[in-house]
Amino acid sequence: MIGVKTDKAFIHRQSAHCESGAISSLLLHHGLNASEPLVFGIGAGIFFGYFPFIKVYGSPFITYRNAPGRILKSVEKRLGVRFETVRFKDPERAMDALDNAIDKGIPVGLQASIYWLPYMPDAMRFHFNAHSLIVYGREGNGYLISDPVLDEPVVCSRKDLMKARFAEGLLAPKGKMYYLSHVPEKVDFPRAIQRGIKEACRMMIKTPVPIIGVRGIGMFAKALRQWPDKYGKRKASLYLGHAIRMQEEIGTGGGGFRLMYAAFLHEAAHIMDDDRFVEVSRRMTAIGDAWRQFALHGARICKDRVVEGGSYNHLSDIIIDCAAKEHQVYKDLWKIIR
Amino acid sequence: MKKKDVPQDQGILGHIRVVCYATDENGEYVKSQSAGWEPTNIANGIAWEFLNEELAGILEKVKKKELSPLAYHMNKNLMDVKLLSRYTGFAAWRIKRYLKPRVFNKLDNEALQRCASVFNMTVEQLKEVP
Repeated sequence: MIGVKTDKAFIHRQSAHCESGAISSLLLHHGLNASEPLVFGIGAGIFFGYFPFIKVYGSPFITYRNAPGRILKSVEKRLGVRFETVRFKDPERAMDALDNAIDKGIPVGLQASIYWLPYMPDAMRFHFNAHSLIVYGREGNGYLISDPVLDEPVVCSRKDLMKARFAEGLLAPKGKMYYLSHVPEKVDFPRAIQRGIKEACRMMIKTPVPIIGVRGIGMFAKALRQWPDKYGKRKASLYLGHAIRMQEEIGTGGGGFRLMYAAFLHEAAHIMDDDRFVEVSRRMTAIGDAWRQFALHGARICKDRVVEGGSYNHLSDIIIDCAAKEHQVYKDLWKIIR
Repeated sequence: MKKKDVPQDQGILGHIRVVCYATDENGEYVKSQSAGWEPTNIANGIAWEFLNEELAGILEKVKKKELSPLAYHMNKNLMDVKLLSRYTGFAAWRIKRYLKPRVFNKLDNEALQRCASVFNMTVEQLKEVP
């Protein structure tokens, strides 16, 4: 299938999160008015999962968003757009296919590993394979890259980009590239928003699995209380630091995506012409701020390595409060969209 | 978060500014740039502190000839045996053997080259540790 071309030059737009940002930029480039929060909400990006049996750099895996790639799939389904998505076995062929598309003037989304991207700040360069970025041109032996989380476009060499596209391990990108191949004449945003919210509610409050959704937050809060006794101060601070990083480090927009979701609900109120979303959005903002309080207090504990009378208990209480408030938010959203 | 409260604590991001979602005076959501946030800087620092400690321990063992330089470079690149095995195409049990100085020293150039290219370095660099 042939990608959709436009005569406009590609504009770099900075986003909070890589996947929703890349999709939003591609849609906006093709004239679809889909902001990053809107893409995030329609793609039901909001989530919580606590997986103590999966270890990432030695710490239990915690996530505040749905699985990488899910936003792209959901947006396709709900907006009726089509992204031609290709994976490759051979790195050279993958680069040729990329060259082919960008030489035709089609901006291309790529999945890549942060670790092999030299333009990323060193402190961020872990083996995270599900980073998204857009390539929109070539200059000599370098590629012009619009990395959604960065403030300026950057240039990356062919060798480095190839390595990043063929990283190995968990969520290996296998050269995944995607570009818009079909944009419908009319897009039903209200319906897409409704379906996005519905899926988010289902994941957060209607799942039978206790480690995901609002119940997952509760599990995490309960486990957190036991960390200092169970693992010792040192290890507990490593685990806690990891949770804070997953929540606040590059690409969440603050408060573990909760603030971006609040922005989405605010936008939904305009599009759906329904003021009830404004009120829920305000509550979601408060929840995002509460999560940030958890990060703030947690970082202090990590830094001082002190576990005075129940400081982990205090953190746990903040999270339990978040869980209760989030539960109410999704319950109310469920009622509104029904 | 209010726009005026968006933190500007420089640290792990260097000169880069990231975006977060904050509300302006009218309660509307706006993308606001942030130079970083102290709690994130601290949390990131802790992750590196643990990784660097582990690396220092391995470096010591390499110097005592208990481990090969490959162990150092693997760890320096935040890899474990499984991940390095995926990158090189060598089976995990072979990588494990290569971590022994006795085996590593007898490796042919091709095997060394395969490991070195994963770390974007030359064979000579692979044989050295700081």
